[in-house]
Order: sequence, then C-alpha cells, then structure tokens
Amino acid sequence: MRAVFPHPILSLGLFAASLLMSASVAPPSLALAALAAVLAPQVMRVLSVDRVRIRSPKAVLQLAAVVAVDVIRSNWEVAWVILGRRRHERKAGFIHIPLQMRDRHGLAVLAIIITSTPGTLWVEYEAATGQLLLHVLDLVDEDEWIELIKTRYERRLMEIFE
Amino acid sequence: MTGADLPLWAAILIVTLAILGAGLSLLGAVGLTTFRTFYERVHAPTLGATLGMVLVLIASTVFFTIIDGRFMPREILIGLFLTVTTPVTLTLLARAAIFRDRTEGKKKVPATKEKSAQS
Amino acid sequence: MSALVLAWGLGLAQLMLVAAMGLTAWRIARGPRAQDRILGMDALYLNAMLLIVVFGIRTGSPLYFEAALIIGMLGFAATVALAKFLMRGEVIE
Repeated sequence: MRAVFPHPILSLGLFAASLLMSASVAPPSLALAALAAVLAPQVMRVLSVDRVRIRSPKAVLQLAAVVAVDVIRSNWEVAWVILGRRRHERKAGFIHIPLQMRDRHGLAVLAIIITSTPGTLWVEYEAATGQLLLHVLDLVDEDEWIELIKTRYERRLMEIFE
Repeated sequence: MTGADLPLWAAILIVTLAILGAGLSLLGAVGLTTFRTFYERVHAPTLGATLGMVLVLIASTVFFTIIDGRFMPREILIGLFLTVTTPVTLTLLARAAIFRDRTEGKKKVPATKEKSAQS
Repeated sequence: MSALVLAWGLGLAQLMLVAAMGLTAWRIARGPRAQDRILGMDALYLNAMLLIVVFGIRTGSPLYFEAALIIGMLGFAATVALAKFLMRGEVIE
C-alpha cells in the first residue's frame, strides 16, 4: 500500500481533480484519473518530498471552520475600511510576530490563512529566528494581533502538523 | 434546459450570489484606487480574491448543477487554485516592494535583520 | 420571469466587474511605482476571470470554465514572473 501510494492525500486530490477537469465519471475519465493518482506520487518520490503527516483530522475541521468564519468577518471589516468608515483613526503598519512553529507545511498553511483573510498580509519569515513580519491594514493593538494569530491559528496548526 | 426554465428561486439565488461577489470585487478595486500607500493597496484585491471569487463560483456551481441535473462542481478547481496562488503572488509582490524600499533607504519600512546571504 | 431576472442580474454583475477592471486599469496607468502596476495587473486578471465565469452563467455554456481556469493560471504566472523580476532583476536564476 505504501509502495503504490506514498502520498495518499495527493493521490486522492489528483483523482478528484482529474475527474472534475473532464467533468464526467465515464470509464475513460476514471482510467485517466486513476493513472494520474498512481503516477504523480512516483514523481514526488523521485523529488524526495517529505510526507505530510496529519496528526488530528478533528483539528483540521475545527481550523477550517474558524478560517471560514474569519475570512467572512475580515472581508466585512475591510469592506468598511474601504468605504471610508473611521478614516482618521485607522493606521496601517508592520508587526513582528515570534512563531514557535517550525514545520514547513504548517508555515505554508499559515501563510495561506493569513493572506486569505483580507487585512493581514504575510511579508517575510526568517527561518533562523522564527520571526514573521506581517502587514496589517487596521492596526489598533499590536499585542492583540499577535495573541490572535498565535492562539487562533498557530496553536491549531501545531496540533495538526507537529 | 436553458436559463428560462430555471425555477425563480434559483435564478434569484444565483443573481444574488453573483452580484454580491462582483460587488466585493468592485469594492476591492475601489480600495486599490483610493488607498494612499502601496502596503495598504496590497490588501484591497484580496477582497475579490477570497470571498468575492467564492461567491461568484458558487453562483456558477448552483446554475450548472440545476441546468445539467447533476452535481459536478468544477469551479472548485478554480477556487482551490486561486486560494493557493493568491498568497504566493501577494507575498512575493510585498517582498519585492519592501526590498526596493529598503535599498532606497525609506524610513517607513522595518529594516532587515542582517540576513545571511541567500541564493 | 427567471430568464429576465438572470439577464438583468447577471448583466449588473458584469457591469460591476467591468467597472472594477476599469479601476484596476487606472491603477496600472497611474502607478506610481512598478509594484503598483503589477498589483493592478494581478487584480485585472482576477476580475477578467470572474467576468468570464459570469459570462459562462449567462450563456449557459460550460466552455467558459476552461477559459476562466487558463486566465487564472496565466495571471498567476505573469504576476510571479514580474514580481520576481522586480526583486532580482531577472526571472530565472
């Protein structure tokens, strides 16, 4: 099983994506999808990519729910900022956040989450010190943002990946 | 089956989703034109690239599910692709901007912490 | 009735997206710096993609899906290449 499917999540994702691309579940499409699901992970083996290890599927669902709510909420907030509410008291700025997470997959997901919630942008990460540089559109309280990102996302991601 | 045979509730749902999504995208574009500094402007297009994009794609999925009479959410592919790529483009762009500002010695950006020579 | 709702509603959505494209085009023309123009181009690609998706709903043809997917991919590749060029002065190193 491990030899045929070294990356089971990747295989499953490719199978589904291939079916969606051809938009049918006829035998030829199924065969193509199965071929992609078997062959692509072999390429990954040649490239010697680390296997992603997901420790707690329950935490994945929790994180997905939290992120979905946050994306909608921050869309709403940024929409208000653009429409000009509180134009004078708003101040944008950079903040440094010390991260404890070192797992590369976790950091990649954190980058996607932070950039996908409008109003925050991942700018730079230094692997040596674990310092993350963020740009925040509506920077009211710096410590509040650090607290939010560490407890809301980083803790859950560490639960999943580390 | 064409758009004329669609039940009214579905038409209203699709139109509402599409207009909301397009509206968010428009709002993002407005932000892109009105914000004063580059680092503020980077935030604006994420409106259209996250919720706006998702709403329009859901409208398309609902429409084709009812029209074709089967559930084949191909729009998920676009959604997944955009979700994964938007952070890459925006981060890269922000880093390019901060790099240029640092080399020009602008005061507004945080200085680099003696990075080891990369590449 | 539902044809009418679809035609007007989707027409309005298309108008909004075209307006968004106009605003991003203004940002591309205005600048002031290269990164602003690239950001505007990225947003322009995104709005064009959404416009094509809405166009697909309006015509009821699934063919537009591929066009939208390709525009999304081209936009990504173009923006990454340009941002890389800004940072290093060359695209492939």
